[in-house]
Amino acid sequence: MTSKLDNALNFHQTALNVRAARQELLSSNIANGDTPNYKARDIDFSSVLSDALSSNTNKAGLTTTSPMHLASKSENSIVSQALYRVPQQPSADGNTVEMDAERAKFADNSIKYDASLTFISGQIRNLMTAIQER
Amino acid sequence: MSLFNVFNIASSSMAAQSQRLNVVASNLANADSATSSTGEPYRSRQVVFSTLQVADKGASGVKVAGVVHDASPMKRVYEPKHPMADADGYITMPNVNVVDEMVNMMSASRSYQNSVDMMNTTKTLLQKALTIGR
Repeated sequence: MTSKLDNALNFHQTALNVRAARQELLSSNIANGDTPNYKARDIDFSSVLSDALSSNTNKAGLTTTSPMHLASKSENSIVSQALYRVPQQPSADGNTVEMDAERAKFADNSIKYDASLTFISGQIRNLMTAIQER
Repeated sequence: MSLFNVFNIASSSMAAQSQRLNVVASNLANADSATSSTGEPYRSRQVVFSTLQVADKGASGVKVAGVVHDASPMKRVYEPKHPMADADGYITMPNVNVVDEMVNMMSASRSYQNSVDMMNTTKTLLQKALTIGR
């Protein structure tokens, strides 16, 4: 059962989860800037977010009754939708991390995570105002 | 929680980079070691980075897969008065390239700084996330 409160906060909650997963991927790219043959990965934020939102609304997940059963879509599926980055300047050691681009995306993702936090806080404040009749 | 994984990734990177810095220090300190406990001149060492699975698939940290000895030829220096000199008056000196090692050192320290920066950004985000609903 999803209440109206859940629905109100669902969007930004999902957005924060996807942002956090992306932050993890980007930090992995930055950490592996010197690892030979490492391939940089990232997610397409808007498609992953819309996918996560649609799977949130119809919660018809499969119930597994045996460890042999295939797992249904879990939160790990955000990371499993990661794509490989196409390098603009491939390096000789097979590493596709472009540090400047990764740092820019990391900063961008941090700001947007921060923005989502601000939005969700504002929403909670609005709901509190409505509840307290003030 | 994925944002906490950023700490694991960044700290694995910091550990790997500091080991690289240690190896650089060893190489630079022994750039003129004509002999060692084994009787052989010092051979330059290099770290080999590889990815390290931190949590779920997708994001990964860094680990030092091993320290390899540099196979490049040793330097031959003409010094007939040296006690280690051979019949022709040459001594074998370590194959440490001081310029290479200085570049290595700068690269390691920049990568370390990158990881520290990443940790600080993520810490700020998590602290802000803790204030949701206040």
